[in-house]
Amino acid sequence: MKPPPFRWSSPGTTAEAVALLAADPRAKVLAGGQSLIPLLNMRLASPPHLVDINRVAELDAVEVTGDGVRVGALVRQAHLERDEAARKVCPLLGDALPLVAHPVIRNRGTVVGSIAHGDPAAELPAVAALLGATVRIASAAGVRDVPADVFFVAPLETALRPGELVTSVWFPAVPPATGTAVVELSRRHGDYALCGVAATVDRETGAARAAYLGVAPVPLVLDLPADDPGGYAAASVDPEADIHATAAYRRHLATVLTRRALAAARDRP
Amino acid sequence: MTEEQHHITLHVNGVPRTATVPARRLLSDALRHDLGLTGTHAGCEHGVCGCCTVLLDGEPVRSCLLLAVTAQGAAIRTVEGLAGPDGALHPIQRAFAECHGLQCGFCTPGFLMTTAGLLDRSPAPTDGEIEESMAGNLCRCTGYQNITTSVRRAAELLAAGQGGDPAGPWAGEDPQEPVAEAPLAAGPYAPPPGGGVPGEARR
Ligand SMILES: Cc1cc2nc3c(=O)[nH]c(=O)nc-3n(C[C@H](O)[C@H](O)[C@H](O)COP(=O)(O)OP(=O)(O)OC[C@H]3O[C@@H](n4cnc5c(N)ncnc54)[C@H](O)[C@@H]3O)c2cc1C
Repeated sequence: MKPPPFRWSSPGTTAEAVALLAADPRAKVLAGGQSLIPLLNMRLASPPHLVDINRVAELDAVEVTGDGVRVGALVRQAHLERDEAARKVCPLLGDALPLVAHPVIRNRGTVVGSIAHGDPAAELPAVAALLGATVRIASAAGVRDVPADVFFVAPLETALRPGELVTSVWFPAVPPATGTAVVELSRRHGDYALCGVAATVDRETGAARAAYLGVAPVPLVLDLPADDPGGYAAASVDPEADIHATAAYRRHLATVLTRRALAAARDRP
Repeated sequence: MTEEQHHITLHVNGVPRTATVPARRLLSDALRHDLGLTGTHAGCEHGVCGCCTVLLDGEPVRSCLLLAVTAQGAAIRTVEGLAGPDGALHPIQRAFAECHGLQCGFCTPGFLMTTAGLLDRSPAPTDGEIEESMAGNLCRCTGYQNITTSVRRAAELLAAGQGGDPAGPWAGEDPQEPVAEAPLAAGPYAPPPGGGVPGEARR
């Protein structure tokens, strides 16, 4: 399994990367390569041109304030996982990152790459959707900020247009009275989950919201009723059957994992 | 159309090595075919099996999911870099041999390099940390128990000062400027005349 031929550019700055993307609308961004290179190796994708952002040092930055965390496009998943300050402001990131693949994959894979890839079974898009994250996108036309709820369009399809580069994603902090949790079930440790739930619970009002992964074409965010939230979730998800699980089993998991996620979020110190 | 070639320098086990490769050359193939370092094994070639794991600036990564052109400038360590210059086994290798952490050996280079990365970051790992680290590598022979035992033993040997740095004798050494083109390995796995990787011509 070898990738098909492509042209390779290695810009040193965001401006150069954007210029290269503007000049060639068929070019694809190469970040950690942990999703794109398997697709090339299996010849499921054959972009004529890769713009490799691994040398754009300015994109390798995490900014943490009391309001949230801004993660640059070259920040590896393993790096953010070890960032105590970011985990404190956004505990959901700290909970979700260890569920993404394996440590060796996270050493290369980027947080932003996972969001740009837009896999509905991935953890980080669900966290982004739940928290109301904002995706910052640069192109020759300038910079635009796209809210997560409109960024994810379909499986592996996002609001990104040709010529655009995601430069960072902003994850807002949750209010102090809000507990958060992520739970999922996968066949083997490190596999993509059959179903997963990221949840926030306001401990003062009891209001609960959850994002579902693996059971809808895009991360599905639901405001859960106090009465039978698991049943409501099962009725709302739209799972597909595949070699790993039936649709009915995934629907069942949505109920069970909703219960577990809400309990864990409520109990969080 | 002839494919564009890139002249690259890879710093492998402290030695600068040059090669001429197309952009699509995976690091795993560059190591094996262009540099003749066949210790790094290519298994699934989509990131699942872990056989091709090498250290990139000290961190274990899949060499099958990294372009050789992207890896320029980084310090790469392969399983060939574990043993000392005199061929003495590295403590991690000794631990795997002592504890029967391998049988057929196909997955072993990946486990050794994953262990090197783990013990470099966490010299006294908990059982949970060991399992979490090793869970990304597949082994069809051992049933894993002897592998986790080997990792614990490797940590003990390293703690007892038997062989120094988990990442190998060249750990921490700055990549030097290229001095000369290093000779390619001879033998059955040497790159074919004219270079290239079997299968690459297929489109
Ligand atoms: C064995 C294995 C198991 C895995 N398991 C999981 C899992 O359980 N959960 C999970 O979520 N993921 C999993 N992954 C995927 C992994 O998390 C990837 O790292 C992630 O999906 C993509 O990030 P990347 O930086 O590697 O992006 P790349 O592979 O470089 O890119 C992926 C896509 O996003 C685009 N892209 C990347 N960055 C940008 C940008 N800045 N601007 C515009 N477009 C961009 C690329 O063009 C490409 O289309 C797994 C991968 C492997 C190999």
